[in-house]
Amino acid sequence: MRRVKVKDLFREQRTFEVRAIVAALIVALMLGLVAARLVWLQVVRFDYYTDLSQGNRARIEPLPPDRGIIYDRKGRVLAENTPAYQLTVTLERVRDLDATLGKLVAIGLLEANDVDRVRQLLRSRRSFEAVPVRLRLTDEEISHYAVNRHRLPGVDLTTRVARYYPYGPSGVHALGYVGSISEDDLKRIDPEEYFGTAAIGKTGLERSYEEQLHGTGGFREVLVNAEGRRMEAVGDDTSELRLQRPVAGQNLELALDIELQRVAEQAMGQRRGAVIALDPWNGDVLVLASTPTFDPNKFARGISTVDYRTLTTDIDQPLYNRALRGTYPPGSTVKPLMALAGLEAGVIEPDDSRFCPGFFRLPNSSHRYRDWKREGHGTVNMREAIMTSCDVYFYGLAATLGIDRIHDSMSRIGFGKATGIDIQGERSGIIPSTEWKKSAFRQPEQQVWFPGETVIVGIGQGYWTATPLQLAHAMAVLATRGRHFRPRLVRAIVDPASGERRERPGEELPRVELKDPASWEVIVDAMVAVTTGARGTAVRAARGAAYTIAGKTGTAQVFTVGQDEEYDEETVAERLRDHALFVAFAPAEQPRIAIAVLVENGGHGSSAAAPIARAVFDAYLLEQTG
Amino acid sequence: MIGGAFDEPLSRRGGLTRGARLMRALHLDGPLLMALGAIAAFGLLILYSAAGGNLGPWLRQVLRLGLAILAMVALAQVPARVLRMVAPAAYAVGVVLLIAVAVLGDVGKGAQRWLDLGFVRFQPSEIMKLAVPMMCAWYLHDRALPPSLRETLVVLAIIAVPAILIAEQPDLGTALLVAGAGVFVLLLGGLAWRVVFTGIGLAAAAAPVAWLLMHDYQRRRVLTLLDPQIDPLGAGYHIIQSQIAIGSGGVFGKGWMNGSQAQLEFLPERSTDFIFAVIGEEFGLLGQLFLLALYMAAVGRALFLANQCRDTFGRLVAGSIALTFFVYIFVNTGMVTGLLPVVGVPLPLVSYGGTSMVTLLAGFGILMSLQAQRKLVRT
Repeated sequence: MRRVKVKDLFREQRTFEVRAIVAALIVALMLGLVAARLVWLQVVRFDYYTDLSQGNRARIEPLPPDRGIIYDRKGRVLAENTPAYQLTVTLERVRDLDATLGKLVAIGLLEANDVDRVRQLLRSRRSFEAVPVRLRLTDEEISHYAVNRHRLPGVDLTTRVARYYPYGPSGVHALGYVGSISEDDLKRIDPEEYFGTAAIGKTGLERSYEEQLHGTGGFREVLVNAEGRRMEAVGDDTSELRLQRPVAGQNLELALDIELQRVAEQAMGQRRGAVIALDPWNGDVLVLASTPTFDPNKFARGISTVDYRTLTTDIDQPLYNRALRGTYPPGSTVKPLMALAGLEAGVIEPDDSRFCPGFFRLPNSSHRYRDWKREGHGTVNMREAIMTSCDVYFYGLAATLGIDRIHDSMSRIGFGKATGIDIQGERSGIIPSTEWKKSAFRQPEQQVWFPGETVIVGIGQGYWTATPLQLAHAMAVLATRGRHFRPRLVRAIVDPASGERRERPGEELPRVELKDPASWEVIVDAMVAVTTGARGTAVRAARGAAYTIAGKTGTAQVFTVGQDEEYDEETVAERLRDHALFVAFAPAEQPRIAIAVLVENGGHGSSAAAPIARAVFDAYLLEQTG
Repeated sequence: MIGGAFDEPLSRRGGLTRGARLMRALHLDGPLLMALGAIAAFGLLILYSAAGGNLGPWLRQVLRLGLAILAMVALAQVPARVLRMVAPAAYAVGVVLLIAVAVLGDVGKGAQRWLDLGFVRFQPSEIMKLAVPMMCAWYLHDRALPPSLRETLVVLAIIAVPAILIAEQPDLGTALLVAGAGVFVLLLGGLAWRVVFTGIGLAAAAAPVAWLLMHDYQRRRVLTLLDPQIDPLGAGYHIIQSQIAIGSGGVFGKGWMNGSQAQLEFLPERSTDFIFAVIGEEFGLLGQLFLLALYMAAVGRALFLANQCRDTFGRLVAGSIALTFFVYIFVNTGMVTGLLPVVGVPLPLVSYGGTSMVTLLAGFGILMSLQAQRKLVRT
């Protein structure tokens, strides 16, 4: 049966009312749900979302610290920070990219084969970013840009701070240089500290004092929008942006005298070699020269591949620090030291004389060890032997002393171990001993020490090698009659903010004590004779000096040419010549400077090396006294 | 009973001011108008900030608001029976236009919603937001309520035709609103509760089917709601940024024009669909609760007025308009706060954009016209 529906207006109205009330309740309930969600987001999770929004709107921009400045001993700036110019392109301001790049090529600011790379680089970055397309511009290029500037919208010059070495190549092996941070560098630094820093010390002082020079990086937060574009303040809400100022690196005050350094380098001229001059009373390194040199500014500005290849493939190896890393046979320069060892061991007296027939022969041996003077020096005592550089006298002395006594004695004045100068890369050289030979060779038959090997050690040949720094250091020990200071390049570290100056006091090592202190004077007297005596080997170089020089020449034999060097008959011939050496200190009575000079393939120490030492002495002693 | 209607004019005659008499003459309801006005004013305030302090969009919005108010007042003057009479015609025209859009409409943002009439671009789905409930109410008003099963099915068909056409555009948000408006008529008409719950059960069962029918981007929106981190720079970006904006506003907000999320353009769609997040960021929890309270007042007043309508048609249409208004609010705020998937529904009277504002106030105009003819008796 079908139910007939009758329209009941009042009932419908009641139903509607009930439904409307239910609906209102549901509405209230659901709005309550939204409100509860808001409370969750805005009250319970407020801190969480605040952090997120802070991260959203603020980008951290690094503020790299100013690198410490390096001064020489007289306050002259050796390394500073100056603006360098780079060329940037901002894509959104460039009307026609291809035309713009074409113009840059036309005026020589861009290499033609770089265009594709630059275009790709620009496309990969955001259009409002100023993208560097050339890192360093020369003055000439800057002027080209300036003239054409109006035709190049979107192309700008921007500055960044770059390391600058006002003296260029002078002293580069002491100062070192900075360069862009490499994978290797990242292993030894805290990358967070270098966030924003472009360059890091690579060699020399720039590297060994990196920690002091670098300073502490800062940062600031800048407002950015969702695209990363930098924005001005939003409303007045800028107070929460954090700013941490960078702390500048500390300045270094060197012992080095850059003018003296230049004197040494000029005296070296085109020749390869090294000059080290020390203040014997505190270890101050007055000169640390290795030639040829190179311009560290190239590295600081970002060296080009071509320039770098030129430097690394140069047969003269300008990057090689000969003063510290070059190990050479010290040759005759060790004769005064050998004499001292003989006196100290009591195996010889100063007046004991020996006949020099022009060769030496060990007992029961027919091998002749030849003197440099074929006809011989005749009868010589210790003083004459040093003055004339008689080989036979020292062959005999060495044979008498034996290699182990020589080793112990030379070790006391620094041979065979690094001096501990405050830059890296120093080599220790070799002062041989029977012990040493056992560890140096693997084959048992090679581990035996032969008496003949002792004989040539007596004139600084054979296994004995030393760095120019070690030779200068040994001279300083003689000059002070036994005082022993660790060589130092940095005298003081100055905090640029407070001006506080922290001295690095000279580090004195255990004094070399002699049983008879009079022995010092015997040796010094003989060394003075080298530069003043009738038959002295360095008389010519010392002639006319207003002070007395105690010195010793040396000549070290060169045996082989490195196998990987290019063969060039003329060059090889030149490179087979002996190394010339000269060690000295002055004034002899009250020494103020000790020096070692090495000229690779220079021939004779007297003619090639001694005049260089003289030039440095004159500059240092006469300028100071006058 | 009759006395109640008899002394009402008497009491009013003495108490009414000139303004109130004018309102009465124009069929306007003071409290509802005040609530809507407050919402619109608050909306203009926040829009100025959300548009980054640009006066241009702000002025355009003021213009639209003016136009929408005109539409509202104009519709309020149309007698209720005329509205009832034109309901089938409006519905028919709407359906025809929807088909026209499907065939020749413009494609915007991957969806075909607009009909270009040459001088004006026009979204026929907007008409349906009002035409569907009117059509449903027209069908039901002279039948005995609650509706029988057959009548219910007819009404559902009336709803389904435009809803499916709109969903196909695809515009899930509007389809939802149109369908909701029709269903509200059924619910307010007294559809038996057991039918209601059966329907909800069926809908739940049909969810997997709906999932299959959804567009990729719609599915992605649902997925990213469940876990916005799936795609933090893609589909999840809106949800994440909007919650950051709201959450970082805290109780008191960062201050007007100071919301970094909004001002630095981290917040997408900040002046349209996501403007509620700007309110949260700049005015905080208090600002948002204030706006929700205004909405609650408007919905409550609208439901009250619906209940005052004299006939069934008026009650059903008015009630549906009130509840549809609420659906806007809930879907939008739910989406912005991360309760619901991202569905393109504007925050009513606040979001930048003209069409919805005109439709909404036109709806309220119809509601006012309907309530002007109060019922004769109180029950």
